[in-house]
Parts: sequence; structure tokens; C-alpha cells
Amino acid sequence: MEAKTGTWTEKKGLAQMLKGGVIMDVVNAEQAKIAEDAGACAVMALERVPADIRADGGVARMSDPDMILKIMDAVTIPVMAKCRIGHFVEAQILESIGVDYIDESEVLTPADEEHHILKHNFKVPFVCGCRNIGEALRRIGEGAAMIRTKGEAGTGDVVEAVRHARSVIGAIKQIQNMDDEELMTFAKNNGAPYELIKEVKTLGRMPVVNFAAGGVATPADAALMMQLGVDGVFVGSGIFKSGDPAKRAAAIVKSVTHYQDASILAEVSKNLGEAMVGRNAAQMPEAEKLAVRGW
Amino acid sequence: MKIGVLALQGDFAEHITMLKKIGVETAEVRLPKHLDGLDGLIMPGGESTTIGKLAVAYDLMKPLQEFGKSKAIWGTCAGAIFLSKDIGRDQPLLGLMNIKVQRNAFGRQVDSFETDLEIDELYKATGAEYPYHAVFIRAPIIESVSGKAKVLSKLEDGRIVAAQEGHLLATSFHPELTDDTRFHEYFISLAS
Repeated sequence: MEAKTGTWTEKKGLAQMLKGGVIMDVVNAEQAKIAEDAGACAVMALERVPADIRADGGVARMSDPDMILKIMDAVTIPVMAKCRIGHFVEAQILESIGVDYIDESEVLTPADEEHHILKHNFKVPFVCGCRNIGEALRRIGEGAAMIRTKGEAGTGDVVEAVRHARSVIGAIKQIQNMDDEELMTFAKNNGAPYELIKEVKTLGRMPVVNFAAGGVATPADAALMMQLGVDGVFVGSGIFKSGDPAKRAAAIVKSVTHYQDASILAEVSKNLGEAMVGRNAAQMPEAEKLAVRGW
Repeated sequence: MKIGVLALQGDFAEHITMLKKIGVETAEVRLPKHLDGLDGLIMPGGESTTIGKLAVAYDLMKPLQEFGKSKAIWGTCAGAIFLSKDIGRDQPLLGLMNIKVQRNAFGRQVDSFETDLEIDELYKATGAEYPYHAVFIRAPIIESVSGKAKVLSKLEDGRIVAAQEGHLLATSFHPELTDDTRFHEYFISLAS
């Protein structure tokens, strides 16, 4: 039999290998090494972490391919990179340089305010953000092989991550308890593909791996998301905007493995230095929220 | 029969699902005390660097090495790397199996692939003689086997993707990502 590449099993499968792990934002090869040494299961290569994108304003785009390639050279773990929502040419470029996963991300400035990338057209797998089950299943319908709840990136405030994870996981429980007759109406009301709603009911979970993102800054935050039922966490600004990145990174890795063991969580939470300076997401004007990007 | 699955990081839940499907009792292993009362252990796919660091941090290296002296261990992908003696770079390894492994041997994710394998030992053990559909994800290869380790399966080009040394088993691919339980059944026969 001829070997087949770029299959749905392959795309979903890499995300399954990342489960129980921490994916860290890094802006250069040196940070990527620190992340790998701390036990990150993958890194997200980008020019500026979300906290800086917020501070700088302007248009945030795909990173320089040369910078991404240097990070790919520096580490053996998978390297992800972000493209703008709907910017399928940025995605083509990222695929051509061989990144392991593309994040079609609301953290960058959207290139299309109506459409996302048709991700089935690519061999490289995609991860996309969501706030609720409808958004998650629309992205999977377009070919996303991994989902992350959005939270509010660059704030260090976990409240939005909790809101979005509870929304998605709550909806999955609700779907499981529905009669089959109710599924089409649920699909209609949530703007979700009917076939995928049926799949969620059969599986009793999301059809792809689901990580949490956006505001995770401490080991306790990471363990909170795991106990709520996500498969792993993304940490963006939370690590390299803190006082002691290497120590905090290793502590968050341990907290995701031992998320149910409070005595270990207490141990790894000790003496981590300063956490990133947070921004209260609830007091943020709607126009500044990144999570509302995505359709 | 109770089989543990190393649950430091990776797709341990998928292995547990497969074991339950064939009626085996399971346990998640994160600390040395979780090895008590187990008849065998599966080390899942994931990132071998992450798994190695967590095993060192929680004092699992010695207990796992002791466990592997008398009990069955199976490593899939990252787990196979962790079982090996040599990978040509510096990261924590159990060194239980006489195999030399190369990480990410096929390239990056876009080169990950699925293919069918012929595995005689598996056919003999399970009585089910049809090709084994294998899923490789950023997979390692087994460059060479030595000592009592023997080759179980090769790709058409001759590269080794499964090996066995007594009660120790290593596969480059991921039986836990398929519906085919033959490899799990084979491992249970080694643990019995």
C-alpha cells in the first residue's frame, strides 16, 4: 500500500500527541530552547506575544518566515505558527516552510471579516480558537484538526478562558442528554454543522482535541482549565512576560500533568517570582477584545 | 490483569480506551506509587522530551527501570524512544531495550503518514492474518537492534518500525489511534 500523508487521522493525531501538555509562545530561538528545556510539548513561534501586540497596536501579521525557521532549527518539539483569520496565502507560506501546525488566530488582525480559511485544502493541520460549541464546530467543519478555547489573550486574566471552556464543555453535556429530534434545532440555534453535532453526541466529547488558551498565567490557572475538562493549555504572554520564565514554564508543565494533585500544585507554585502584570478582562472595552474576532 | 498507562503527557487516554475495549483493567501512572500492583505498562505517544523531564522530576526513572526488569512494557512512538538505549542525543532515557532510535526520522508533520504493514508475529499471536494499518506521526525509526532485541516489522524500504526484546515492545507507530486492537492483545499476551 502506498503511504498516505496529510490525512484527517494524521492531522488530528498530532494534536492527540500534544495532550496533557503545554504549548508556549516564543519570539526567538533562545526562548524556544527555554520552553523545550522546561518540558513544553510544542512552541508557537511569533514575533510579538499577545501582550505586546495589544500594547503596540497597529496591524499584526504572520511572522517573518526566517524567524520561524530559526526556531524550527533550535528545537526538536513541534513548532506552530500563526496566520491571520482568512489569510490563506499566509497559511500557504507557513505550510511551505514546514511548520507542524498553523494557528488561524484572532490574536493577529483578521484579513477577512466573513470567512475563515478552508483548512481541508491543506496538508498541514490547523488549530482555531472558539468561544462556544457553534464556533468550535464551524471551525472543525472547515477542517480545523484541533480547537482551543480563546480566552482573552495577552491579559493574564483567566476569566474569559474559563467562560469559553465552560460554554463548550457545558454544551457537550447538554448535547449528550438530548433526544435525536432536538439535535437539528440545536444545530440551527448554535450555527453548528448538524453532522458534527451528531458526532459530538455519539462521542460524548469534541471530535478533535481541545486546549485552553488566553489568560493562563499561573500553575493554578493551568490546573483549573484541566480540571474543567480541556486536554492541555496554551500559555502565551504568561511565561516570557513573567519574572522567571524558565521556572514558571517548568511549573506550569508540572501543573498540567499533576492537575488533580493539590499538594504537587502547592509545591510547584512556590517562589515563582512575579507573574505577568495582568489586565482585567471584564473592564476591557469590547473593541479591545480579541476573542470577538472570528465568525 | 491490570495494565498501567504512563500519564505524564501524550495520548494516554487513547491507550486506556483500547485496553478497556479488550476488557483489561487500567490505571494512570504519574508517580512511582502508581506502579504498585500492575502487570504491565504502556508508555504512550507524546513528546519524549516532555515525558523524560517529568519522569526525572518525579523520581520515576529507577522505579520504571526496576519494573521493566520483570514486567512487560510497551512504548509507542515517544514511549519507544523513552524505552531505548541510545538516540544519539542527550535526553532522559530508560535504556531498557537494546535498540537505537532516531527521533523525527521522516521529517516534519507534513511528512507524517499512514501505511499497511505485514507483521507475522502479530498474525500468529492473534490468528487474524490481514495487514496492520499503521499511523506514523512525526515518527522515530529504530535504526538498529542489538543483544536479544529482534525486529518485528519493517517498512518496504527496510527501515525498522517495531521491535521486541522478551517482554519489552517498541513501535514507531500508534496502534492506539486505530480501531484495530491486535497490538494491544499481543502486548497483553506478553504481560500474562
